Amino acid sequence: MKADFARAAGLNIILAQDPEARPSVDHGPLHDIPVAIKDNIATLSMPTSCGSRILEGYVSPYEATVVSRLRAAGAVIACKTNMDEFAMGSSTEHSAFGPARNPVDPTRVPGGSSGGSAAAVAAGVVPIALGSETGGSVRQPAAFCGVVGVKPTYGRVSRFGLVAFASSLDQVGVFGRTVDDSALAMQIIAGRDPMDATSADIPVPEYRTAAARPVSTLTIGRPLEYFPDALDPAIRARCDDVLAKLRDAGATIRDVSLPHSGLAIPVYYIIAPAEASSNLARFDGVRYGLRVTGDGLTAMYEATRSKGFGAEVTRRILLGTYVLSAGYYDAYYKKAQQVRSLITQDFHNVFNSGVDVLFTPTTPTPAFKIGAVSDPYEMYLNDIFTCTANLAGNPAISVPIGTVNGLPIGGQLIAPHFDEQAMFAAAYAVERL
Amino acid sequence: MSEYEMVVGLEVHVQLKTRTKAFCNSPTTFGAEPNVNTCPICLALPGALPVLNAHAVELAVRAAVALGCTVHGTSIFARKNYFYPDLPKGYQISQYDRPLATGGRLVGVGITRVHMEEDAGKSIHDRYTGATAIDLNRAGVPLIEIVSEPDIRSAHEARRYLQTLKQVLEYVDVSDVDMEKGSLRVDANVSARRTGETKFGTKTEVKNMNTFSGVEKALEAEFARQVAVLETGGRVVQQTMLWDGAKGEVRPARSKEESHDYRYFPEPDLPPLVLTDAYVDRIRRALPELPDARRARFREQYGLGDQEIDELVADIPLAAYFEETAKASGNAKTAANWMRGELLAALRAGGGDVQTFPVRPKALAELLGLVGEGAVSHTAARTIFEKMIATGEGAGRIADREGLRKVSDDAALEQWIGEVRTENPTEWARFQAGETKLQKVLVGLVMKKSKGKADPQRVNQLLAGGV
Amino acid sequence: MAVTFDDVRHIASLARLSVSEERLPALAGELNAILAHMEALQRVDVSGVPADLAAGLTPMPLRADGGEQLRLARPREAFAPDMRDGFYLVPRLATHEDVDE
Repeated sequence: MKADFARAAGLNIILAQDPEARPSVDHGPLHDIPVAIKDNIATLSMPTSCGSRILEGYVSPYEATVVSRLRAAGAVIACKTNMDEFAMGSSTEHSAFGPARNPVDPTRVPGGSSGGSAAAVAAGVVPIALGSETGGSVRQPAAFCGVVGVKPTYGRVSRFGLVAFASSLDQVGVFGRTVDDSALAMQIIAGRDPMDATSADIPVPEYRTAAARPVSTLTIGRPLEYFPDALDPAIRARCDDVLAKLRDAGATIRDVSLPHSGLAIPVYYIIAPAEASSNLARFDGVRYGLRVTGDGLTAMYEATRSKGFGAEVTRRILLGTYVLSAGYYDAYYKKAQQVRSLITQDFHNVFNSGVDVLFTPTTPTPAFKIGAVSDPYEMYLNDIFTCTANLAGNPAISVPIGTVNGLPIGGQLIAPHFDEQAMFAAAYAVERL
Repeated sequence: MSEYEMVVGLEVHVQLKTRTKAFCNSPTTFGAEPNVNTCPICLALPGALPVLNAHAVELAVRAAVALGCTVHGTSIFARKNYFYPDLPKGYQISQYDRPLATGGRLVGVGITRVHMEEDAGKSIHDRYTGATAIDLNRAGVPLIEIVSEPDIRSAHEARRYLQTLKQVLEYVDVSDVDMEKGSLRVDANVSARRTGETKFGTKTEVKNMNTFSGVEKALEAEFARQVAVLETGGRVVQQTMLWDGAKGEVRPARSKEESHDYRYFPEPDLPPLVLTDAYVDRIRRALPELPDARRARFREQYGLGDQEIDELVADIPLAAYFEETAKASGNAKTAANWMRGELLAALRAGGGDVQTFPVRPKALAELLGLVGEGAVSHTAARTIFEKMIATGEGAGRIADREGLRKVSDDAALEQWIGEVRTENPTEWARFQAGETKLQKVLVGLVMKKSKGKADPQRVNQLLAGGV
Repeated sequence: MAVTFDDVRHIASLARLSVSEERLPALAGELNAILAHMEALQRVDVSGVPADLAAGLTPMPLRADGGEQLRLARPREAFAPDMRDGFYLVPRLATHEDVDE
């Protein structure tokens, strides 16, 4: 099978492509399948720019573990996809290389930060793509583009070679046209990696067998905080319709509460920028990437970083530096981590009460017009339903559940830690409806 | 100046002698070509992650236990954020409020903490004009930082603490602790206060001390400077001072104008380090006998005094050599004396070390045995020793061949006495007349005549008895 | 806890970012607006809650002291901005120290 780059025309979703790429092995579960890789994942062929001027043209001299595993399964690394710079964004408008466009409606964003990868699958360029998640950056674009997007449990998939944004939140995620394709891809990249000390030493089950689990064995929670009064009625209607059909198919539906959900955005927007401000300190023009000379070393650092980073990245680095700085650490970063524990505990409590998975809308709106959202905080609210799973580490998936005004929307399923099987089982069931 | 006292705390950084770096497999070899000992991880390439070296942990725990610290079952790594070209990540992985170990003690000085961290690379400023050259071979080498309480009250005490610290770390074999090679580095916090005052004065940080004697001099210089400030009614400014060994003075470090806000937070790429009690106990039980314990044992077991002990415990091979000799000869005192005297002198002259010294403990014991049983005199023994070093032969053999055994046979002795009497009639007459002091002289002459072979005890007896 | 212009200058300096004076008001405004939303956290009772540390669910795995050095697929010079004789070169620090930090 070959990547169909023509389908990407006019969408600005591909930053680099390798039409000559061939499988590295003669067989394997992904033999000859072309895969798109988000441009913040290190590949040996093609640059890894992270959507940033500071790494424009940088070709990594080593490869991410997830890429090695795909190649070992026979996949072809076909292209690198556009993204919000350093994964900071929810629309792929913050790329240094121009915004990406949603294949369903090119006047609209594909979501972000993994917008290019979501769009590549939606447009039919490739059947499978890798993205990354920190606050919802796979699930949200999956919902906007009408494809499946999966975020594994934190520690399920190696981060070695994923350019770090927020280390305690980042995970590599997967896009597919179907739940089955996504489950297969996740199967291949998941598992302990000795190069990543946060990767879990837990065996990887056969995810695709989850398709066989009868929906009548599932107890599905509907958390009230994800269905606020202000939720778009059309989205609410679609979600409740899905739940009704699942009930008709035999599932048990239960109303539950995750009381600290409303604190997720403030918690996320303290922890993520804080860790990012530290992770991005290595971009200093000394050993790789852009260097802008100035009068002396400090001038070089400042000129390089100011020229190399875009406005959103700059804003988050400043925010992150501030909340870690002397006098503010306790009130901001430490407090946010404590509240994070409460959010994690909410999920534990619900899953310990007999609920197998949670079902929620993935996003509060469908894809918005390019340029429509300019207020940073308003943009952050795109992550309102997705970022809790990143904070708590739980696995989550977005499955297409129809359209609103002709635009795709996603339904999200969240499962307990390392219970991707329950998540996939419910996803297969939703897909079958 | 005695109305003021010096208050000093020392921060010592020690490189652990692992084969590879703290967080990656790059080698730690010293003196390699620039930047060859680097990889994506220690170069801080995008996407690289740290994984901690198990042997570094073992050595760090060993050091902490040897310094009497409590090793914590859980410790946390933290990022210390600052920009410098030889710090590739823009942060150093270190430990902050949950260190590996706390609460030790060494020669009366409290040890606040021992924690693990990684070293930075090297910045070389004078190799190229207008540029600084960066070598990251050293970036990522595992270190422990040993922080003392501000218990030190004199430059001399500081030196003693450092020397003992170096010795202990050598004993437990965790580091080369070589200041010249940079595997041991010292920074000091110095303040002054009126003697008897309990509150601490403002402290300055003193850096760039590259030898123990440099540390002593720097501390004295900085103390004197602070006292001078205080005596004129001024206030000591908190700053970093650099020791200039060439000029013998401290001067303020030229602006590091940035405020040191390191923005510490727990390292999210490394889960907590968990060490079981069994792990720490195993390391404690495997420790070699430490200098203090050895000192106490030598005092008890061999009845040696402090001076003797200091010289023999100075290094492990010497102490081991001594013990073997003492056991083989059955006489610790003579072994100690001989080693402190003849053996150390021979080592110094020959320039070698005790492990390769040609006379091995058993052979020395044989010689000491001959001296002990009166078979050879002290003088003869020295001669035999020299020949043992030169030829590697046994003491007994040399004594026989060279005829160096003591002669106690009265006939032979009387013969020599007779010769001395003939050659020294005046002294003899005076001795006979009652000048007993001359007996010693006459014995000496008999020893000379006999080329050291005469048994001086018997000669004394014969002379006193009126031969 | 309002962020002042001086605060912005200070954190920009800590982060080695140069922020023009014209941009200061907008940046300070944006940061303050974002931080205002964080005030909700101040009201949360976290007594007895330990700060959620590095999210690794198991204790730290260690690695053996040896094995092969991780290789680079291309030489350092190929992606370095300025290297000479194997050294990375940077402009000499304007206020350089003779001391390694």
